Amino acid sequence: MTPTDWIAALLLGMGGVFFLAGTLGLLRFPDVYTRLHALTKADNVGLGLIVLGLSVQADSWVVVGKMLLIWALVLLAGASVAQLIARSVLRRGIRLWRQ
Amino acid sequence: MQQLYLALAMFLLLNLGAGLWRVLRGPTAADRMLAAQLFGTTAVAVLLLLAQAFGEAALRDVALVFALLAPVTAVAFVRRLWPEQGNSRDTD
Amino acid sequence: MLLQSGFDVALGLGLLWVAWQALNSSDLFKAIVFFIAFGLLMALAWVRMDAPDIALAEAAIGAGVTGALLLGALARLRASNAGETTMGQAGNGQRRFMASRRLLWIPLLLMAAGLGYAVLSLPGYTPGLSAQVAANLGASGVSNPVTAVLLNFRGYDTLLELVVLLLALLGMWSMAGPAPPPSAEAAAVLDGLSRFLTPLVLLVAAYLLWVGTRAPGGAFQAGSLLGAAGVLLILAGWRANVASTALSLRLVLTAGPGVFVAVAAFSLLMSGQMLKYPPAYAGILILIIEIAATLSIGLTLAGLFLGGRPRGERKSP
Repeated sequence: MTPTDWIAALLLGMGGVFFLAGTLGLLRFPDVYTRLHALTKADNVGLGLIVLGLSVQADSWVVVGKMLLIWALVLLAGASVAQLIARSVLRRGIRLWRQ
Repeated sequence: MQQLYLALAMFLLLNLGAGLWRVLRGPTAADRMLAAQLFGTTAVAVLLLLAQAFGEAALRDVALVFALLAPVTAVAFVRRLWPEQGNSRDTD
Repeated sequence: MLLQSGFDVALGLGLLWVAWQALNSSDLFKAIVFFIAFGLLMALAWVRMDAPDIALAEAAIGAGVTGALLLGALARLRASNAGETTMGQAGNGQRRFMASRRLLWIPLLLMAAGLGYAVLSLPGYTPGLSAQVAANLGASGVSNPVTAVLLNFRGYDTLLELVVLLLALLGMWSMAGPAPPPSAEAAAVLDGLSRFLTPLVLLVAAYLLWVGTRAPGGAFQAGSLLGAAGVLLILAGWRANVASTALSLRLVLTAGPGVFVAVAAFSLLMSGQMLKYPPAYAGILILIIEIAATLSIGLTLAGLFLGGRPRGERKSP
């Protein structure tokens, strides 16, 4: 493996770890707000790392640009949806989790 | 390198499967909707990995469509099914 | 190799499990979320079966239209069920239904046996018609074999599919009455999101339409994206100032089937056979049909989500 391959493998592996963290948060956190927080942050970082890892080895800049656009769109969707769902949940009167 | 892409895609797929438990369990409708949102992000990642593993550029277009339309279902949920309190209409 | 099979097996099992949950769930909302997950996994399955065109269509329709349509339908169902109290009758009917349900096993088992026999008696591998398609691709006017089949070799099917879609909208218009008005202002986040995403969705729809002649893409994918843009705008509270009787609306809705029929008549005059394009014009004819079909499909899907006939009065923001 070339040094580029090692960098790509490292980035991809870290992406996988962040996805795992997001899923663990979704499964283990105590209420809907914390789960929202875990999911929409960790997964977006995970996708970003995977996009970076793939970009290191991509064939052309067009491919890199397309993958970055896809990541930006997922970031936008994640942020907006998190806010919309959180607001909707809060207005429904679902209590925040206190220890 | 292809092996690594495939292994990671497989790992993400299992991750998605674990997330299905939250859809089953709930408890609120928002939890279930959230899990569906997770699936969208995961599917995008899997598609990008498969695109590079098999050299199929078209799969990036599928990922692009998923990324572009990711918020539509969640917005429909917030606006149609779960209207805010004090507003009993089911429409937006 | 092992990883590839492992991925496919996990995907297949996941599909079966999610399908079962979607069918078996007594909570309709849960069933819808499982159905959305099923669509996602199905898109991945199409990818693994080397059918990126269908994966693209599944992604566009599943993520952009079906989920929203089902959630909207569920919201309406809940609103219309809220007023009714027919508990006693329902209980009685339910008991009778539960008793007769055991008998359902017999036809179900027979059907499963028939399907199993049909699948097992299929030949292991057939090339199908792909050799003929490849041989005639040069005369089709496009270089993407899927587009060649959909709009040239099997143009009839696509024409009738467009008519089916239009009929669905007409059926909804005659059953559902006028569309419900937007009742609440959109939150700033949603407003901004829809304003930002809509032009991008239009751009990607145009890209998919254009690329469809030589790579995965085409009218149905692009039309579904237009429909999804419409869904997003409707959810954000935007309404076009056209009534269902407006000529402009009707022209766009019928543009797809209309142009297709016109081309069929043209080819009947030119070559004596319906939808047999002269090879020199095939490329441009297919592109014209696809543009018209994209607009019609997009507007029809958005119209289906509107949930009734558009009334044509603008809600001032």
